[in-house]
Amino acid sequence: MTKDTDHLGRPIVVVTGMGVLTSLGQGQADNWAALTSGVSGIRRISRFPIDGLRTTIAGTVDFVPVPEPSAPALSQRLAELVIEEAVGEAGIGRVGDFPGPLFLALPPVEMEWGQRFALAAASGANDAVTYDDLLRVAGNGSFEPYYRRFLFSSVGENLAERFGTKGSPVATSTACASGGTAIQLGVEAIRRGETDAALVVGTDASVNPESLIRFSLLSALSTRNDPPSSASRPFSKDREGFVMAEGAGALVLESLAGARARGAVVLAVVEGCGEVADGFHRTRSSPDGKPIIACMREALADAGLEPDAIGYINAHGTGTPENDKMEWVGVSAVFGERAGSIPMSSNKSMIGHSLTAAGAVEAIFSVLTIRNGLLPPTINYDVPDPALPVDCVPNVARAVRVRHAISNSFGFGGQNVCLVLGTV
Amino acid sequence: MAHERDALITGIGIVSCLGSGADAHWAALNAFTPVLDTDSFPPFAVHPLAPLELDKQIPKRGDQRQMEAWQRIGVFAAGQALDSAGVKGNTDLLSRMGMIVAAGGGERDYAVDAAILSGYPKAANPGAYLNEHLLGDLRPTLFLAQLSNLLAGNISIVHGVIGSSRTFMGEEASGADAVRIVCARIAAGQGDIMLVGGSYNAQRPDVLLHYEMGGLQLRSPFGPVWARQAAGGGLLLGSVGCFLVIESRTHAAARGASAYAHIAAIRSDRCLRQPGQATANAKAQFEAMAAHYDPAGAAVISGASGAAAATREESAFLAGLGLPVRASATAVGHSLEPSFPASLAFAAMAVRHGVLFPPLEAAEQAMTAPLTQALVTSWGHWRGESLALVTTA
Repeated sequence: MTKDTDHLGRPIVVVTGMGVLTSLGQGQADNWAALTSGVSGIRRISRFPIDGLRTTIAGTVDFVPVPEPSAPALSQRLAELVIEEAVGEAGIGRVGDFPGPLFLALPPVEMEWGQRFALAAASGANDAVTYDDLLRVAGNGSFEPYYRRFLFSSVGENLAERFGTKGSPVATSTACASGGTAIQLGVEAIRRGETDAALVVGTDASVNPESLIRFSLLSALSTRNDPPSSASRPFSKDREGFVMAEGAGALVLESLAGARARGAVVLAVVEGCGEVADGFHRTRSSPDGKPIIACMREALADAGLEPDAIGYINAHGTGTPENDKMEWVGVSAVFGERAGSIPMSSNKSMIGHSLTAAGAVEAIFSVLTIRNGLLPPTINYDVPDPALPVDCVPNVARAVRVRHAISNSFGFGGQNVCLVLGTV
Repeated sequence: MAHERDALITGIGIVSCLGSGADAHWAALNAFTPVLDTDSFPPFAVHPLAPLELDKQIPKRGDQRQMEAWQRIGVFAAGQALDSAGVKGNTDLLSRMGMIVAAGGGERDYAVDAAILSGYPKAANPGAYLNEHLLGDLRPTLFLAQLSNLLAGNISIVHGVIGSSRTFMGEEASGADAVRIVCARIAAGQGDIMLVGGSYNAQRPDVLLHYEMGGLQLRSPFGPVWARQAAGGGLLLGSVGCFLVIESRTHAAARGASAYAHIAAIRSDRCLRQPGQATANAKAQFEAMAAHYDPAGAAVISGASGAAAATREESAFLAGLGLPVRASATAVGHSLEPSFPASLAFAAMAVRHGVLFPPLEAAEQAMTAPLTQALVTSWGHWRGESLALVTTA
């Protein structure tokens, strides 16, 4: 690559550092080894009682201790760990002094049952506890840490302070596309010339009773609890839902010019981003697949590539009947006759659906796929679905040289983001 | 000097205790009487949302039922902004219109919560009890009425804004960053016309609970923002929905749209709020926009929350500017995510009318000179400092 600008004259945006943490482990090396060996990180939930639940499994991250556990506390801790890895690999800035803004994909923040029960107990109310009782004791001073922890800004503020990112930290939520949105925000800021570098993070540690039950009530989750490793079955005819999971991914994005100037190793190029919202329904895609198709085409156009250039699709591939069907509708429209022969695998078959983090985690795995020339498989592909004639890299990793890959993220609320990643 | 990629405000949608729409707000600001609900959540008060004719902006009852109040407030204000800009129903334009929404989360089912809180301590197996009641008692669709990004999702469904959809979270700063990034994208040609804003329902026990845990809720007397500082300050929350249509000067001119105002500059930053740090951020922001600033016709629309430390420091900073100031939270209550868009809307209305509305309390000075620009501040009650300069279009 000789020029610092792309086909539209914009600064080329590259990845110079990555950090990842999933139910498979911490760090690029452990994750990549497990992912390409077809290992599942899905397990029985041990964090809280599972009595009466229809789904009793998840891709929890149980090996990272936090004091006063809560979704934002663990999400923040996972983010810290992946940022340390990414910034370390990039060798950018100084410790606590990252030379650019923070774009954070974060799950919505809400006080949890543990805190509500603590307030109720403090209220001394015996029979019928109401919010009036909670309000009566809330201001006694001892619950101030709850207030701070459950501000939507707390995770981003704490990360910005710890890593010394510049300006106001942006925390974004576009449901299961959030990680992709955070990357897109970083890419756009660099293309505008606002900054030479951006720190992009997706993190999610939301496996708690209410979050699990909310998804369960929408009939979105797999109930194939035994064995847990078999539950996530993207593209299989007997797929029945996704598996909630936790994880985090961080990427250091830089302008190619900036990376060159400081002699950084360039891991990959973020060649294009596409984004199209879907106004059809709150949880379902337009039946014609138009928004998904437009989103992939927009990402390709942004990258200045024809569909023929794409050698691998990192599928959204949640393993819900609806998602996998609609993703195939989109891919077959965009890629035509080649659709069934482009390898298209789902990391979620092994790590589950890390929701807010998924777009960032899977972009990192897409970069590792390109760099290693090895496609992670879709495990649990036992019963092919004749309606989805995909090459999902069934069950065993495959060595293939890939120059350009597309990573898809689709979420509730009509959120669609596609990224095109390529070799240097 | 006018530039083709200037970011112009061409549409305003706003609902609050003062009414519905920009004109109603302008009238109410010029004949200000506080609208407070002191009965529903004693010992606290809130600025309650004025009654809305929801059908005007959310015609399908099915859509209304799928949303909780915070989403209905936002979807209503978004539709009003599209109407105000003259783009409502323009499918071609809306399909390429981008959107950034600043959002918190939605309402809970308070009856279900109360029942679980009551039964849990007595349950033989508390964990099983919680699971059983969440599974049995939560409405399946409530989740979608709570998710932060589903305000944007509902705007896509009801109004057809589908060019892009991003949701920012993080109290006051999220509203300011949403506008900042919209303006930056327009300036850089990463979009021509965008919808930006947010909504807040203050009439909810769970949000009052949150700020009460932080020791921030104001108690009687419920005075205006500056006057209440003598007694220690505090937050008086208000239900607000506010969306703005922001577009490039070229795009607005091409479709013959008239603009309220021009966002000449906007900046945001953060600090730990050690004494003086927020002031240093504000000073740096102000100096960065000096080229556009003309004190002769300027005033300040302040987003001061009322929280003691930040409001005291902002008040001192503003005193140094020597401009007339209006605190928008006195008028509509403090509304977190949409508070900055709402202050920006007030600034845009004032600039378009060429006159500042009268003082909202004794501490605010009158302004008789013509108004040509307004500084808009947003210092978060906890973190985040933002400043914008709004000038005549």
